[in-house]
Amino acid sequence: MNPKPAPSPVLRARGLVKRYGHVTALDGADFDLYPGEVLAVIGDNGAGKSSLIKALTGALQPDEGEMWLDGARVAFRSPLDARGHGIETVYQDLAVAASLDIASNMFLGRELRRPGVLGSVFRKLDTKRMRTESAAHMSELKIGLRSLTQSVETLSGGQRQGVAVARAVAWSRHVVVMDEPTAALGVKESAQVLDMIRRVRERGLPVVLISHNMPHVFEIADRIHVQRLGRRVAQILPRDHSMAEVVSIMTGALEVSSEPGSGTVVTDTNAARAAGLTPRPTD
Amino acid sequence: MPSSAMPAARVRARRTARATTRRTAACAASAALLLAGLTACGEGAQAGDDGGPVKVGLITKTDTNPFFVKMKEGAKKSAEKHDVELSTAAGKFDGDNEGQVTAVENMVAAGVDGIMITPNDSEAIVPALEQARDKGVLVLALDSPTEPKTATDALYATDNHKAGELIGEYAKARMKGKKAKIAMLDLAPGVAVGTLRHDGFLKGYGIKDSDPSVVCSQHTQGDRSKGQTAMENCLQKAPDINVVYTINEPVALGAYKALKSKGRAEDTLIVSVDGGCTGVEAVKSGKIAATSQQYPLVMAEQGVEAVVQHVEKDTDLKGYYDTGVNLITDDAVQGQAAKDSTFGLDRCWG
Amino acid sequence: MSTTTAPAPSKPPSQAAQDPPAWKRFVHTPTAGPVLALLVASTFFSFQSDQFLSGGNLALVIQQIMVVGTLALGQTLIILTAGIDLSCGAIMAFGSIVMAKLAAEGVLPPLVAIAAGIGVCALLGAANGALVTFVKLPPFIVTLGMLNIAFALTHIYSDEQTVTQLPGELTVLGDTFPMGSTDISYGSVLTIVLFLVFAYVLGQTAWGKHVYALGNSPEVARLTGIRTARLRMTIFTVAGVIYGIAALLLVARTGVGDPKAGQTDNLDSITAVVLGGTSLFGGRGLVLGTLLGALIVGVFRNGLQLMGVGSIYQMLITGVLVIAAVAFDQISRRKQRS
Repeated sequence: MNPKPAPSPVLRARGLVKRYGHVTALDGADFDLYPGEVLAVIGDNGAGKSSLIKALTGALQPDEGEMWLDGARVAFRSPLDARGHGIETVYQDLAVAASLDIASNMFLGRELRRPGVLGSVFRKLDTKRMRTESAAHMSELKIGLRSLTQSVETLSGGQRQGVAVARAVAWSRHVVVMDEPTAALGVKESAQVLDMIRRVRERGLPVVLISHNMPHVFEIADRIHVQRLGRRVAQILPRDHSMAEVVSIMTGALEVSSEPGSGTVVTDTNAARAAGLTPRPTD
Repeated sequence: MPSSAMPAARVRARRTARATTRRTAACAASAALLLAGLTACGEGAQAGDDGGPVKVGLITKTDTNPFFVKMKEGAKKSAEKHDVELSTAAGKFDGDNEGQVTAVENMVAAGVDGIMITPNDSEAIVPALEQARDKGVLVLALDSPTEPKTATDALYATDNHKAGELIGEYAKARMKGKKAKIAMLDLAPGVAVGTLRHDGFLKGYGIKDSDPSVVCSQHTQGDRSKGQTAMENCLQKAPDINVVYTINEPVALGAYKALKSKGRAEDTLIVSVDGGCTGVEAVKSGKIAATSQQYPLVMAEQGVEAVVQHVEKDTDLKGYYDTGVNLITDDAVQGQAAKDSTFGLDRCWG
Repeated sequence: MSTTTAPAPSKPPSQAAQDPPAWKRFVHTPTAGPVLALLVASTFFSFQSDQFLSGGNLALVIQQIMVVGTLALGQTLIILTAGIDLSCGAIMAFGSIVMAKLAAEGVLPPLVAIAAGIGVCALLGAANGALVTFVKLPPFIVTLGMLNIAFALTHIYSDEQTVTQLPGELTVLGDTFPMGSTDISYGSVLTIVLFLVFAYVLGQTAWGKHVYALGNSPEVARLTGIRTARLRMTIFTVAGVIYGIAALLLVARTGVGDPKAGQTDNLDSITAVVLGGTSLFGGRGLVLGTLLGALIVGVFRNGLQLMGVGSIYQMLITGVLVIAAVAFDQISRRKQRS
């Protein structure tokens, strides 16, 4: 089934189903993430991308289906639960608490307390150590900042995203999930975030990247997971396909046969043409 | 994040930490600003003879009721005449005791020689007044007494009981022995003025609270629209009400509106207390049968004079000073002294 | 961080060195405005009236703001979560009547009566919290309802009667002790201590950071793993306890249990919070700012009275100050952003 019979997946899901009343957001979706790769998840609006990501990160509980982390069955009851298993998420627009400073954001929900009575009885935070460690993480990802004491709302969009990514990377043991990390950013800032993602990969952490931005996907992704109508319709390598083809797969104009090596199948010739493809005759 | 990850970087963070301490200190310092000032500065001001003009404070129940506006006017007039420095304050709403306590404290701090107050709560204000008197400030109650009465040096008021009695007697005479169905539109529980007027009315009418002719009793807070609501409810309960006692003229006019919309305005007798200009006008136009007129301007005038006399001549003040009350009606009954609305309009307030 | 990740870089971070000086950062905090306003007002009044800067007068101002100031402390916690509490004054009035009546009638020993009064306030606060958290009703509506409920309970339970003849335990906070030549009430000290405690809790503990995060965005807080439902419940309940302490201060200050007390204190407490630079949109503000906000109201009321200006003008000026404070906050934030 897997495109390469390489190592076993870090995170794997089979047959995930999530229904909201009459709407089926996930309709038997599968998912595989391998060690050390950047996996892009793409799909049209309503394809079930964000439901899939929420299921993988504990933000929603699927009605059916199974998940494995490092080969062990898991079922996340909450985002906290998923984080406890080493899966860290950078949520689109929901990444940071605006009025808190960088260190407070890095450690939000996992604050360090002072040793001794000050920490145990008076619950005093070890602000100094949190700042030091935050600074180290930020510089490790080469995120330059003027000051660690300023609130994150005074930062630029890219810097803010940097804080969110740094936090996710700092705490992650298994997987970093990034939901549209470049959606709200300019060209230069997007490039910085893509650089950060490369550095995360260099550290050996696999990254799941949800994005609408095809150039970004093609620039950074090792593999692409295409989500459509609530399921995974294709797993492809960027080098095998053009951007236009991938878009066509996303919209349903092209279909990738589940048979290994059988290539791409055109299902809607007009749509494929509209997408700028010259459909090849199928074998 | 396990701490072992970055031991080396810890050392250099001291500067950041120190900066935080400084900011915290700045905040704490600003908070402690006033506390610090306390010991640094001198003694609090004491009331008494400091050679300057006599200072008098007037604290009314609220700033908005015309009764108190008129009272303030009287105090101002008298203050100008006697070269008195007058300051005024009021509760934020009818019944606001804490606001009056604060005003008393601030006036004592300002070094007034005397305070005139219409207490919002006749009992709750007492500790604050006692403190003021301990500091040598003369305290006069205007319009309504404190509980106990001895908490002030003197009371300048109309006899509210007598005011009630007058309209009670009047109503009794007007009914000429007919069977009365009485609605009592009262002020609020536990407020002396209301109780005194209420009791006075019943005494004048010659009945008790438990008398079957009292068919409805409602609290109105002295408010016109609440008076109207209360009257509407009373009419639901007893449609044949023919006498309405009201705590003041705004309530009387509210009641009149309720009666009028039921077509009952003509055959119902409304009596009231206060003698404000709107009220006396209503007597003139026949909406209100009679009202007991009081003189808030006089209360304040006399109060200011009393403080001046006390400071300059050290005169003693005791007990109760009646500022007078007159029954105002254009339909007087035999055997009861009354003034007509023209007399009332000459002396009305508001 | 996993054990497999790279060790921390050995080069120390240089960010801290570029932090602006403390005073410069202070100017950008929301507390700068109130501090300035208080200083200007105090200077003005000290020129206008000889008595203003006397120790006794300043002690008096603090004594006068202790009730509303303490209420405003609870209000700050709720406003920090982007909520609002219209019921704080009414809850306090109910708590004060409960403790006064139970103690005066000898139903309970005075200290237990005080605890009961505070407990009742905590309970009503928790009820607010439960309705906001679990039934997901807007705080404005919930506390508007609770305002009426607590008001009615106060009048029913008190039978509209002022409670007098209180045992000494209930009024001891109104007593004073000499400090230099000035008499300071124990209640003033308690109020300031309470503010310092909550300044510490909000600034120096994880709970405090979570309160701010919740106010910034409940969704961010939830996704970061903060138990937001429990946190919100706690905040409303703690606010209730603070209102209970305000109830005790109220009883101590006036020496009686007064069912009519506190009717405008809800708006007065919001005034103090806003004057103190806390944003009504949640997540931004400091409790020490609230103390300053309450002091500003108190200083103006006192100073204007010393000048002989009527109380209606004090309200006028308070209104102007509130609008000025919010405008100042908005403009400075806009500037900072650009």
